[in-house]
Amino acid sequence: MKTTQFLFSGFGGQGILFSGKVLAYKGLIEEKQVSWLPSYGPEMRGGTASCSVIVSDGAVGSPIVSKPDVLVAMNLPSLDKFESSVVPGGKIFADSTLIERKVARADVKAFYVPATKLAADNGIPTLANMILLGKILKELGEFTPEGVEAALKKVISAKHADMLEVNLNALRLGASL
Amino acid sequence: MSEKVLMKGNEAIAEAAILAGCRHYFGYPITPQTEVAAYMAKKMPKIGGTFLQAESEIAAINMVYGVASAGLRVMTSSSSPGISLKGEGLSYLAGADLPALVVNVQRGGPGLGGIQPSQSDYFQATRGGGHGDYHMIVLAPASVQEMAELTVKGFELADTYRMTSMILADGTMGQMMEPVALDLEVKPMPAKPWATTGTGMKRPHNIVNSLFLQPEELEKTNFERYARYKTIEENEARYEEYRMEDAEIAVVAFGIAARVSKNAVDEARRQGIKAGLIRPITLWPFPKAPFAKALTHVKSMISVELSMGQMIEDVKLATDCRVPVTLCNRVGGMIPSPDLVLDAILKQAKGGN
Repeated sequence: MKTTQFLFSGFGGQGILFSGKVLAYKGLIEEKQVSWLPSYGPEMRGGTASCSVIVSDGAVGSPIVSKPDVLVAMNLPSLDKFESSVVPGGKIFADSTLIERKVARADVKAFYVPATKLAADNGIPTLANMILLGKILKELGEFTPEGVEAALKKVISAKHADMLEVNLNALRLGASL
Repeated sequence: MSEKVLMKGNEAIAEAAILAGCRHYFGYPITPQTEVAAYMAKKMPKIGGTFLQAESEIAAINMVYGVASAGLRVMTSSSSPGISLKGEGLSYLAGADLPALVVNVQRGGPGLGGIQPSQSDYFQATRGGGHGDYHMIVLAPASVQEMAELTVKGFELADTYRMTSMILADGTMGQMMEPVALDLEVKPMPAKPWATTGTGMKRPHNIVNSLFLQPEELEKTNFERYARYKTIEENEARYEEYRMEDAEIAVVAFGIAARVSKNAVDEARRQGIKAGLIRPITLWPFPKAPFAKALTHVKSMISVELSMGQMIEDVKLATDCRVPVTLCNRVGGMIPSPDLVLDAILKQAKGGN
């Protein structure tokens, strides 16, 4: 049974929960078992926000990700807080526009994506999260244009349908890195 | 099975309540259950229902009393401190034998406590919550799917036995999203000849009341109520057994604690330790059958709780203290990790207490 545990982390407003939702829906569409759990505690009110996502071939036990296979850090406090929790052999995706330091651990694979800068340069300043997600899916061998489009359609409400294309473009941009 | 959608546990409760025919919701916002009220606020006006944000929790539970008296499906939801405020109303609902659904998405306490998950309202829920001799049917979901299914079940049981059903969830269950199928089976609502719906000049008045000044009469209502409770204890206890067939160590946990414990049981099994899980789904009535069965092969039990040890008392009662029961817990909004539960299992496996 294959189970992948993701932890998305960053400041509130960076689209941490949204990234997690897209990933969870992609899993659901692919008939996997999924869970999505946001941090809703005091850390949401200033500081780090995080979101646990589990995608599995079998039933999901605890929905709380305490030892992520994949850590997404969109700010320094998140990397500082969660770096040590990643399983050996796991992957860390860091937004290198906002995190100047390198990942200290040698037993994980680190990917540095200047997502915030890329988003700003491409006129989509709010979509650094989708650029990162595109890169993550590509590195995991899980990026399919149809898959991410179908997932986005579930997460983006009909009212905001005009946002579908830009989100898709951001995902594609990430996957091209 | 219908298409699955991703939903928060709180939203699943609200949608399931609507599917169960509930058209009246009264509440007051409090984290971490506010999504229930938000969902109702959005949906109820579109389907001819009533959403009302009351001036307080106390007002909300008394509005529930009113609608329940009229024989309609009605609910309120809150989180721990808000449920304390509803305590008087819960007792009145019991005294008047009214069916209602009350949701408690627990947070850490006592007092205002915190907003993170907890299971420390177990005593309050299973022992009644308000004054007087009474029970509520207490349902403890451990997935978003169960949040939906037990909501429907809660309404049905409430109507069948004329009493309050409580969904006892926690912040994690309320906030997490999981796939949920909403093709829920809803049985037709039973007739409620006792409801105060107007006599039409054709029958004597129905009276809904919890005041009985004649002690003989009040005693009789208590005896009758407890006869009904006995039927419920015999027929409505629900539970899940996980890897219990040959277990020597039984972990007992409900809700989020059960989800965490499953991981620990799986890891213990990988290490060759015969561990299993008993997950009560009804906390009242507390399921006794799996414990009687377990006593033939289990050597010790571990109660995993997000409290200082409340369910552990029911575990000891259900086993007549015939095996040692230890507590594995975190409180105040903290959640036991699978490793913490695994450590407790390993300790038992080595014969320690």
